[in-house]
Amino acid sequence: MYQQARYLPAGDKSLVVEFGNEISEAVNGKIRGMMVVLEENPVEGITELVPTYRSLAVYYEPLVISYDDLCLALGSIEEKLGMLVLPNPKIVEIPTAYGAEFGPDIEFVARHNQLSVEEVIAIHTETEYLIYMLGFTPGFTYLGGMSEKIVTPRLKIPRTTIPKGSVGIAGAQTGIYPIDSPGGWQLIGRTPLLLYDPSQDIPVLLQAGDYVRFVPINASQYHLLESQIRSGEYRPVTYEMDRRG
Amino acid sequence: MQILEVIESGLLTTVQDLGRWGYQKFGVPVAGAMDGYSLRLANRLVGNQDNAAGLEVTMMGPTLAFCRSACVAVTGGDLSPQINGQDIAMWETVAVEAGDILSFAGLESGCRAYIAIAGGIEVPVVMGSRATYLRGKLGGFQGRQLRKGDCLEVGRSNSEVTIGSRVPAGLIPEYGEDYRVRVVLGPQDDYFTVESIAAFLAAPYIVTLEADRMGYRLEGAKIPHKAAADIISDGISLGSIQVPGHGRPIVMLADRQTTGGYTKIATVISSDIPMLAQAKPGDRVRFSQITVAEANSILRTMEEKLAAWNPIRPIVVQSGDCRSFQVKVNGCVYQIEVRES
Repeated sequence: MYQQARYLPAGDKSLVVEFGNEISEAVNGKIRGMMVVLEENPVEGITELVPTYRSLAVYYEPLVISYDDLCLALGSIEEKLGMLVLPNPKIVEIPTAYGAEFGPDIEFVARHNQLSVEEVIAIHTETEYLIYMLGFTPGFTYLGGMSEKIVTPRLKIPRTTIPKGSVGIAGAQTGIYPIDSPGGWQLIGRTPLLLYDPSQDIPVLLQAGDYVRFVPINASQYHLLESQIRSGEYRPVTYEMDRRG
Repeated sequence: MQILEVIESGLLTTVQDLGRWGYQKFGVPVAGAMDGYSLRLANRLVGNQDNAAGLEVTMMGPTLAFCRSACVAVTGGDLSPQINGQDIAMWETVAVEAGDILSFAGLESGCRAYIAIAGGIEVPVVMGSRATYLRGKLGGFQGRQLRKGDCLEVGRSNSEVTIGSRVPAGLIPEYGEDYRVRVVLGPQDDYFTVESIAAFLAAPYIVTLEADRMGYRLEGAKIPHKAAADIISDGISLGSIQVPGHGRPIVMLADRQTTGGYTKIATVISSDIPMLAQAKPGDRVRFSQITVAEANSILRTMEEKLAAWNPIRPIVVQSGDCRSFQVKVNGCVYQIEVRES
């Protein structure tokens, strides 16, 4: 992580506040901190904030606030970030059916790592994964923190269609496909949760700065949840980080 | 209110407004008109707000049949618009009648035209916008480009314009085959040598066939990196110029993804995006470097010129015992005076 953030112009209507050149929870904490401060005390002229692995992209209206004034405003927020007490991050539980038709590649992942399928599930569900950012497709989460024990290369030939909700592994990353899409990730399970719903004001279930925890369910639980979600009876299980147990 | 039917779809005709801003942190691309300037002017010509939804028409225009009279305007690239086979003026408020056919005879200049209709194209608002994001099948008309047989609706028009209103000549861009595009260096210009930045700014680049709403791949002098070509992903702005390992630039445009892991040598200034969006495959693009402060003053000058021209007139004028109204019936404006005696 840098001693001081770098302020880099990205054209005349956005700038990048870069906190480091690494993927780390420390860098992410700074990004989340600046975002929280700006959301609570909006600076006039800022139009949109986009957190990424190592930086915060700040979109602004240059006829309302100049680049130099914006850098000053952001710089004074940066100075106080060390003193900031961030709200506890949220953990979202992702009920996930592993293996069989839900995760056709789980046996390959197990063989590749010389583990049993049960061990792969145990390792994948024991961690809380930080959502570093969203991108690639609407609602796609970049998660950090997967165990090295289940690292598996991508498929040699990507699938043309992967059903939404599929949970996969690509190298050292794990993630969830929010919409039906093509892709080359090794599929180990699937969640019935709706991760992306364009009809909602906040169209995604998972947001940058939250954590996810995968919770194993069986096929009948999957189908029950799926029908509850469809009828609107189910609400995702979320809690604050300090209440985990 | 139904307004028109698509008789022929054209190459790529989509419903667009000025974009779906505010949702990039959820991974939702902005989309919107590639040439927002031309859409804004088309909207003003028909009395709409700048951000109303219109049609973006690409290279080969559609054929559209109006099922009621309306007030329309066509701006942007010259695709030779016609009503019932007769040329019509671009950058001008035009009245159409029920049964009229709007078609395009062929590309003369630019790449994209914009059609605005009084009241704006009425499609559901998704995440604050009516813009079509094609890859995500989101917004616009059923999340896709228009097809033969589609019927579009318009909203109610609340303002009045005069048929024959025209955008002043000074505000109408001229499109050629050579585009000068101004950029601000960064955010990753430090990944490139002084020589490669000089090469990027000196050489003309050709727009390749891989040029769509997401971005333009350009062919020309290679831009070598100092070392790595990839970065840990960060945000992609409108106009970001990515340089992957092969050393050839890609300008990211309306349908760009929100984040990416390629180095970005520079960013096209917001005022030059509309012009660049009119470049078509085979056209030449030259980049020149300016500062953020210079970009700001270019933007301010342009917005001041735009603010000085607005054809929309107030609706009610009251003076003494005489009340004067403008009413619009089927797109035509009538002046009505009511005297009380």
